[in-house]
Amino acid sequence: MGTEAVAVGAVILFATATSVPLGRYMARVFSGRRTWLDPVLVPIERLVLRLTGVRADEQQNWKQYSVSLLASNVVLWLATFAIVSLQKMLPLDPDGIGNMEPTLAFNTISSFVTNTNLQHYSGETGLSYFSQMFEATFLQFVTAATGIAACVALLRALTRDRETHIGNFYVDVTRASVRVLLPLALVVGTLLMWQGSPMTFRGAARAITVEGRPQTIARGVVAPLVAIKQLGTNGGGYFGSNSTHPYENPSPLSDLVETWSILAIPMGMIWTLGDMVRRQRLAVMLFAVMVAMYIPMVTVAVAQEAGGNPGIARLGVDQASGSMEGKEVRFGAPLSALWAVSTTVTSNGSVNAMHDSLTPLGGLMPMVGMWINGIFGGVGVGFINMFIFIIVAVFVAGMMIGRTPELLGKKIESREIKLASLALLWHPLAILVGTAIACHVWTATAHPGVALGWLHNPGPHGFSEMLYEFSSAAANNGSGFEGLGDNTAFWNISTGLVMLLSRYIPIIAPLALAGSLAAKPGMPETAGSLRLDSATYGFTLWAVVAILGLLMFMPVAVLGPIAEYLTLR
Amino acid sequence: MAERVRRMSIWDPGIVRQAVLGSVRKLDPRIQAKNPVMFIVEVGSVVTTIVFLQELAGGGRLLFTGQVAFWLWFTVLFANFAEAMAEGRGKAQADTLRKTRTETRANRMVAGGRVEEVPASTLRQGDLVIVHSGEFIPGDGEVTEGVASVDESTITGESAPVIRESGGDRSAVTGGTRVISDWIKVRITSEPGHTFLDRMIALVEGAERRKTPNEIALYILLAVLTLIFLLVVVTLEPFAHYAGTRIPIPVLIALLVCLIPTTIGALVSAIGIAGMDRLVQHNVLAMSGRAVEAAGDVDTLLLDKTGTITLGNREAVEFVPVAGVTEAELADAAQLASLADETPEGRSIVVLAKTRHRIRGRELADKGAVFVPFSAQTRMSGLDMGGREIRKGAADAIAAYVARHGGVTSPELDAIVDRVARSGGTPLVVAERARPLGVVHLKDIVKGGMRQRFARLRAMGIRTIMITGDNPLTAAAIAGEAGVDDFLAEAKPEDKMALIRREQNAGKLVAMTGDGTNDAPALAQADVGVAMNTGTTAAKEAGNMVDLDSNPTKLIEIVEIGKQLLMTRGALTTFSLANDVAKYFAIIPAMFVVAFPQLAVLNVMRLATPESAILSAVIFNAVIIIALIPLALRGIPYRPLGAGAILRRNLFIYGLGGVIVPFVGIKAIDLVLVAVRLA
Repeated sequence: MGTEAVAVGAVILFATATSVPLGRYMARVFSGRRTWLDPVLVPIERLVLRLTGVRADEQQNWKQYSVSLLASNVVLWLATFAIVSLQKMLPLDPDGIGNMEPTLAFNTISSFVTNTNLQHYSGETGLSYFSQMFEATFLQFVTAATGIAACVALLRALTRDRETHIGNFYVDVTRASVRVLLPLALVVGTLLMWQGSPMTFRGAARAITVEGRPQTIARGVVAPLVAIKQLGTNGGGYFGSNSTHPYENPSPLSDLVETWSILAIPMGMIWTLGDMVRRQRLAVMLFAVMVAMYIPMVTVAVAQEAGGNPGIARLGVDQASGSMEGKEVRFGAPLSALWAVSTTVTSNGSVNAMHDSLTPLGGLMPMVGMWINGIFGGVGVGFINMFIFIIVAVFVAGMMIGRTPELLGKKIESREIKLASLALLWHPLAILVGTAIACHVWTATAHPGVALGWLHNPGPHGFSEMLYEFSSAAANNGSGFEGLGDNTAFWNISTGLVMLLSRYIPIIAPLALAGSLAAKPGMPETAGSLRLDSATYGFTLWAVVAILGLLMFMPVAVLGPIAEYLTLR
Repeated sequence: MAERVRRMSIWDPGIVRQAVLGSVRKLDPRIQAKNPVMFIVEVGSVVTTIVFLQELAGGGRLLFTGQVAFWLWFTVLFANFAEAMAEGRGKAQADTLRKTRTETRANRMVAGGRVEEVPASTLRQGDLVIVHSGEFIPGDGEVTEGVASVDESTITGESAPVIRESGGDRSAVTGGTRVISDWIKVRITSEPGHTFLDRMIALVEGAERRKTPNEIALYILLAVLTLIFLLVVVTLEPFAHYAGTRIPIPVLIALLVCLIPTTIGALVSAIGIAGMDRLVQHNVLAMSGRAVEAAGDVDTLLLDKTGTITLGNREAVEFVPVAGVTEAELADAAQLASLADETPEGRSIVVLAKTRHRIRGRELADKGAVFVPFSAQTRMSGLDMGGREIRKGAADAIAAYVARHGGVTSPELDAIVDRVARSGGTPLVVAERARPLGVVHLKDIVKGGMRQRFARLRAMGIRTIMITGDNPLTAAAIAGEAGVDDFLAEAKPEDKMALIRREQNAGKLVAMTGDGTNDAPALAQADVGVAMNTGTTAAKEAGNMVDLDSNPTKLIEIVEIGKQLLMTRGALTTFSLANDVAKYFAIIPAMFVVAFPQLAVLNVMRLATPESAILSAVIFNAVIIIALIPLALRGIPYRPLGAGAILRRNLFIYGLGGVIVPFVGIKAIDLVLVAVRLA
């Protein structure tokens, strides 16, 4: 436990330290300043822009930017839906995998286009190599880039004064893909290949096990997908069991690299903000607020998982190495807990342990991460989500200092509050109403265990499974509590819709909000204005997030994980 | 002018009686619908009452459901009461004003110099009336002839009479005030029913009240929070069903009402009305709530030097002649130039010449003297008499005048001007055509306590700019003495306007006071324009506030009231939300303890029974509204600290306090309920 706890701390520290130069690099890329990678990457960027016919100097206002974002996503959705629905007829299918069933394809494509990567299929049996590359891996690049682009546009809007232009969506997406994600993915992918992740076009291996039985071992173009799945807060694994699978995550070292990859860009975006808005202190404050939520969650999860499961202990099973049910021996309880929290605060959704088997409170932490969904958060969208909390905190704190509220010198008025409200309301609505409908269907069905087959252990744990699924969809996270029979029309369609709406409402509403702020005149800051980079405001923001989160989700937390914890205790 | 703040006890019995009636009247759902939070509570009360009536017929937890319904109704009533109290206080002030509007008779002048007596209510704009000593002025207007002392205590609360005379900036009179000596002719400037007094009554009564932009934004936030809590509560039903239990509807409604921000929802309009009311207590009338909010945001304050920062009158203290001119010669010329000058400065020159050099004032009318009055353009005044042409004025204006007559000003004169100016005095240069004679040293006296007031403003983050017609040197000396942040010297009306525009273009909110007609454009341009009641009608029309005391430093109080208003709103919003934590800990275990007995450990307050827990939370939620009415009406105290310090303080009191207080309160109510066997 000692060394593992040190490893947990070291990963967080290392991610924090490396996020600073990464964030500054991203800021340079998106504000058109020179970087040391330019000689290699700028020609590629130019090539892509020329091939796509994008005019790099064309500026867009928030509406045009949002329309471009939506339009490109519609095209991506249709194209990739076609790929998985027709994969049997397409090349690169050495294992002879069939076409995807329509509701599952709807769910899968909605999931990948929204950067969620909730998987109701298993990669090794559900997708051909072609689909893995041109649906999964491709979307993992482009959708991560879309999130980064939206965030960068928002940051630009914050620096504008009586102006409406916030950049060009296509240029931003290209830059994010080519100049941020591509080089990072190359490095991480290479490291994973070195650690043993496969990179092959040959079909599944066939082997004779020590028991003398034949076994088919799925493999394929694994390493590049895993790299971008981690870096782009995608989370959709090559294999059904995600990063618990030895080919996706072969060793403790690969585990550390992958955990770092989860955190790197989401943490880096905060420093990008500091640079682009030219307020380094604000970035430090935001980072500190997020750390002040992230660290306690990691601590609880690590303590709970390392402390073992009292229910299993009563059966006489030694819990000295922690609660190891559903965990990989090569990672151990603390690193699994660290991953579980990191992957859910950041909307990544990859797993290196089965979250269904986490101890109740250890399993609550990933849910909290998805409920808040802005502690570092998904690439780009994490800050966009936190931005809504920032607006609410500014509104309340601004009044408390005796001024009509303002954010960085821009007045927050009813239009801004309306747009923030939309984003604020949608998240709990999707999670609570979704889970409520699932509960209703379950209770209204006779013999639901047989008729529906969703839950194998009803009661608080089953409740957690359904709650987790909708939380994951609404947070565009993509991890599953598993244990839930989720490849059914109900879950495919309901979570598919939730993922789509939960992607675009919380991006477009804040973009509109930022566009409205950009058009306003900026006011200079005086001793009487609220300083966003002060510790006092930081605490206010922290408290607003904590209290709103508590008020929205305490009842469901009590009915699921907490009730289970109290039963198990 | 002495300030008189009209104070009123919060729990004035007359107002409370009216408010109790008003709170029942406001149960009308059409009125409630304007406030989404309280509307939900009212709907909840109706539903709970229906459930109670059903239980009355069919049996059930009668005592519990009945009490929940009772307290829900009282939550609505308490909210109505808060609003009615605020309105009642406004009405009480309006009634006091209305009493003064007794039906007066007016002496209207008709063609041919005749006078006819008509009721004041028949007067139209443009009518001329004559008002004698002891009579009430029948309507708002401008004095066209005569001088009179007027008792304006009905409007200002100030008992000392004020002088009203034709021409200049003291010509405006207000209907309902009384002439106590001499007579004046007044041209009526307002139509009946639209007089200043009528407008004032409408404003303090709240009849013209519209939601301000910040209030609208706050209502939106409260509405969305209400919607979120509605989701939380409604979805509990299927969740409970899944868990194998059922939650009675009154319990769900109780939780909903406890969670939605009823505390702030109930008090928002009371806070807004009380803010306007506090301004009225300080004898300031705001034309809109928006102006009050803007006052809290002011970044830059423009203050006229004269009368605001310094005592209105400068006094001549010294004659400094140039070489070749005797002091007596200078004094004589200065006195001549000032004889017809009725300004206090002019008079003080006459007096100084008289006391120092025994030069007596002379009758000028018979000598064909022509007085040249001061104008903002020439910035000189003087006298033409028998071929002599004497001018006094600012150094650069006189230099230009001398130059026009072919003369030059000597470096010596410049040195004198410089010396006087550096000492904070105003150098008034006297010249006769091409010949400069010397300088009159006028001294400004900075009012006591100004330095502290400006320091207070600086702590609030407000920059003060002194506006003066003085030259830069004089201005700098006085600015230094008074402690303002910046000054605009040699200011012409258009400079003031340009300064306001410049500040506004830099994104700042500007406040200013003014009284003269030439202030009107700037008053209109400023974000907060406070017109002095003594000022001209044009100034009063242009500004968005009127100070009845005509005290220019009142701006500071106005800014503080604006800030206080917003702070009260913010603090109670925070308090309201923070309260919910404790309510969850009271109600959630009570709801589910049957399905999950292990949840009893979440009952951290150790409330006696599930029923007592829910009731205690509902009662606390209702009673806290009443408890906070005084705070909403008075506003939370404002201290001129930096933004960070204020936020820390309010977060501590209303945020942390908001988390802790309900834990204590709910527990206490629970103990009482158990003791009196109501649960």
